[in-house]
Amino acid sequence: MGAAIVKPEELLMRSRGAELLRFSTAGSVDDGKSTLIGRLLYEARGLYEDQLAALKKDSARFKREELDLSFVTDGLKAEREQGITIDVAYRYFSTPRRHFIIADTPGHEQYTRNMATGASTADLAIVLIDAQKGVLPQSRLHAFISSLLGIKHLVVAVNKMDLAGYSEDVFRSIVKDFDAFSEKLNIQDLVYIPLSALKGDNVVKRSGRMPWYEGPPLLSHLESVHILSDRNLVDLRFPVQYVLRPDTSFRGYCGRLAGGVLRRGDELLALPSQRRTRVRSITGAGGEVEYAFAPQSVAVTLEDELDVTRGDMLVHPANLPQIRREVEALLVWMDREPLTPGKVYWLKHTTQLLKCSVARLQFRIDPGTLSRRDAAVLNLNEIGRVTVQCFRPVFCDEYSKNRQTGSFILIDPLTHATAGAGMIIERGSLPATDHPAEGSAADSRFLLPGEGTVSPGDRERLLKQKPATVWLTGLSGSGKSTVAYELERKLMAAGRLCCVLDGDNIRCGLSRDLDFSPGGRRENIRRVAEVARLLNEAGLIVITAFISPCREDRGQAGKIIGSGRFIEVFLDASVEVCEKRDAKGLYKKARAGLIKEFTGVSAPYEAPEAPALRLKTGEEPAGLSAEHIRLYLEQNGFFKF
Amino acid sequence: MENYSLSKLQNLETESIHILREVAASFERPVMLYSAGKDSSVMVRLAQKAFRPGKFPFPLLHVDTTMKFKEMYGFRDRFAREIGADLRVYTYADALKRGTNPRELGTVKCCSLLKTRALLNALKEGGYDAAFGGARRDEEKSRAKERVFSFRDELGQWDPKNQRPELWNLYNTLVNKGEHLRVFPLSNWTELDVWQYIHQEKIPVVPMYFAKKRDVVVRGEQLLPLDGPVELRKGEKPQKVMCRFRTLGCYPCTAAVRSAAATIPEIIRELMTAKNSERITRLIDHDQDSSMEQKKKEGYF
Repeated sequence: MGAAIVKPEELLMRSRGAELLRFSTAGSVDDGKSTLIGRLLYEARGLYEDQLAALKKDSARFKREELDLSFVTDGLKAEREQGITIDVAYRYFSTPRRHFIIADTPGHEQYTRNMATGASTADLAIVLIDAQKGVLPQSRLHAFISSLLGIKHLVVAVNKMDLAGYSEDVFRSIVKDFDAFSEKLNIQDLVYIPLSALKGDNVVKRSGRMPWYEGPPLLSHLESVHILSDRNLVDLRFPVQYVLRPDTSFRGYCGRLAGGVLRRGDELLALPSQRRTRVRSITGAGGEVEYAFAPQSVAVTLEDELDVTRGDMLVHPANLPQIRREVEALLVWMDREPLTPGKVYWLKHTTQLLKCSVARLQFRIDPGTLSRRDAAVLNLNEIGRVTVQCFRPVFCDEYSKNRQTGSFILIDPLTHATAGAGMIIERGSLPATDHPAEGSAADSRFLLPGEGTVSPGDRERLLKQKPATVWLTGLSGSGKSTVAYELERKLMAAGRLCCVLDGDNIRCGLSRDLDFSPGGRRENIRRVAEVARLLNEAGLIVITAFISPCREDRGQAGKIIGSGRFIEVFLDASVEVCEKRDAKGLYKKARAGLIKEFTGVSAPYEAPEAPALRLKTGEEPAGLSAEHIRLYLEQNGFFKF
Repeated sequence: MENYSLSKLQNLETESIHILREVAASFERPVMLYSAGKDSSVMVRLAQKAFRPGKFPFPLLHVDTTMKFKEMYGFRDRFAREIGADLRVYTYADALKRGTNPRELGTVKCCSLLKTRALLNALKEGGYDAAFGGARRDEEKSRAKERVFSFRDELGQWDPKNQRPELWNLYNTLVNKGEHLRVFPLSNWTELDVWQYIHQEKIPVVPMYFAKKRDVVVRGEQLLPLDGPVELRKGEKPQKVMCRFRTLGCYPCTAAVRSAAATIPEIIRELMTAKNSERITRLIDHDQDSSMEQKKKEGYF
């Protein structure tokens, strides 16, 4: 920091110009994380002498060999005794170029929630890798959590290079390993730095012991990396936090801009009332201003007297957030009590506090492999994809577009524990080619999923069944429609409300604008899935009978319908058998070249890898196949009442 | 050209205002703990900004050990009057009647009664469900671990190993009856930020922060002020030393530091080259290891 001769005024100016960078670190003493932070603080003079003296005392008491800088960051007695980091600590230091806030978090899997906490406000994350140990599950977990929480800049600090003989080969092989994993993550800026926190190589000063490394030392990188702001300055989002009414002449709507720029005179739309008005004045921390931007805290007065309260949102009329009662989200579970689908929680989103329930837990994500796992509950520190049903609409954006309007927390109604942290994602995202046309209904953010207080459980009790979609897939002639209607008859006879969707009823109406090109087929499947989902929500069991040859399309249908309700059934009959049946004469036409891209003849059929059921419809009668499916539904609790 | 960047102080300011308003909107009976120190002064200024043109909608509460410096009392009363704040003072009369003082009971017990117990009594009597404090995370290592909205159970206790996760700026404000939250709007401010803000906003502070020649007793590294009775040890004699106070507490437990910084800019320059942290002048923090953590667990501010 500055020398004594610098004038105070100049220091003030300089400090004013310096930017603020928030970064997170994750790990424990073993990884050398605390040593690294201690080194940064020590060399950037973020540590005072009395703190150092206290450290020396601590290190001596706990019989550590060298001056252990981890004693700086591990502020709780239990942490110092056990030599682990348990909870997030915040540390502050400045260089002439930047101010830094470090969120120092633990690294073990059982502290995932603390890692997520630290990452939630960080611009950059440092993932520590011990050069001797290479890429560990923990390193992958850090990277995954960082990317999940929307951190765009990642620094992989390959530490303890001193113990690896400062070897370039060791470094390169770690880079290669990590690259292979990080490809699957959404990280925009990834930098590797070989260093030794203990010896000080490449932390603050360039090390002479690794001439093969041409990049900057860690601190220089932190000082100079161009930070892609997580601020969204395009979409105005002003959640009303507090209404200020000091007297009858003044009514100010206070809040912190969650996105965009607000100007005096702007036309605004208030949500949920959808009333329009204009901005009369804006008061910032320093007084009245012409404009304000995220993340400023301001008070706004409006031209008209509207009924606007805490939890409402002011936006520009031509740029609306999504207005949803049902949101899809990735959820980090933080409570010892597991997440129970159906249970009612408090949900806090921007300035709204409302009740909600998690309608569906679609799957759990294994952070090590990034693969999906079936899950009935979400336990402490687990991450899953969920559908949340809100008791009131929320005004939100995807987390990737806006960290403020795209995030929420769940609170246990009894204990008040902060139980979950959610990041909103788009539902069953469409393939790029199939984006709805401009001006189409899907673009209208005014589409409000209906109000109502009837829950899925109410419908289940009324109908004495749990909704599901039996998705029949197989070649033309494999018996899809026959089995579907056979199953429908059986279920109806047993008092189960259901219906069949097949080419005849969908292609003639809902999808009559579509052709049989791959794009048209894909869109058709998407529509079928959306209809099935709606019917499921109404409580019905749906049976679909479509060739649906592409694995990817069926996967998307499964996402739209939800993994708990989507039952994939493969009607496994050979082309020969199907062609022999050829009830509609289609194979004959295809062989004659009259039908292009006919599945099984001139286009591929991708069989399911792990269907819920595989039925040999070439060998058994349709009635038996239908019975297999009915039995499956019964055994899996769909008729539990 | 419109400019969309914020300086660090503006960043901190806007975050603090958001926190202050969140409490006002979410709690029935918030209160702001006020100690007459520099951090309190900054916190009060932020509260003024957050609710203007109105007044901030909560009282100030001073938990008074009756052993603060005389200048602090004068400053406190003048300041509250000038800004028109509703200042409430609580003293633990029973403990004082029993003669509680740091010399006879030791600093640990004295603090536990006159500060911790007193604070908990005051919060209970006032029925407060949220209390703002001016503590900063850079002050002390256990404070570095504390949330902005920090939960206290019905006995006022802090459980550092079981804190509510705090993500983004989404604060969990729910409490049951009898429980409360301590809220720290200055969590992310450093000592230097506080002084720069005082300078920028021209915020009045107790003159004891500025250097002048004061009567003190020099004991080891410590400069003990003579604001009340100090028991002199053998060979000790009061002397005039150029010094100032970096933090303000009770006179028997707060030491001065040698300094020539007599203006705010000089203090800022001094801090930028300082070798010791501010808590070194608080005799109470050195009582025992983890002393702050222990006190905070019991309910200390």
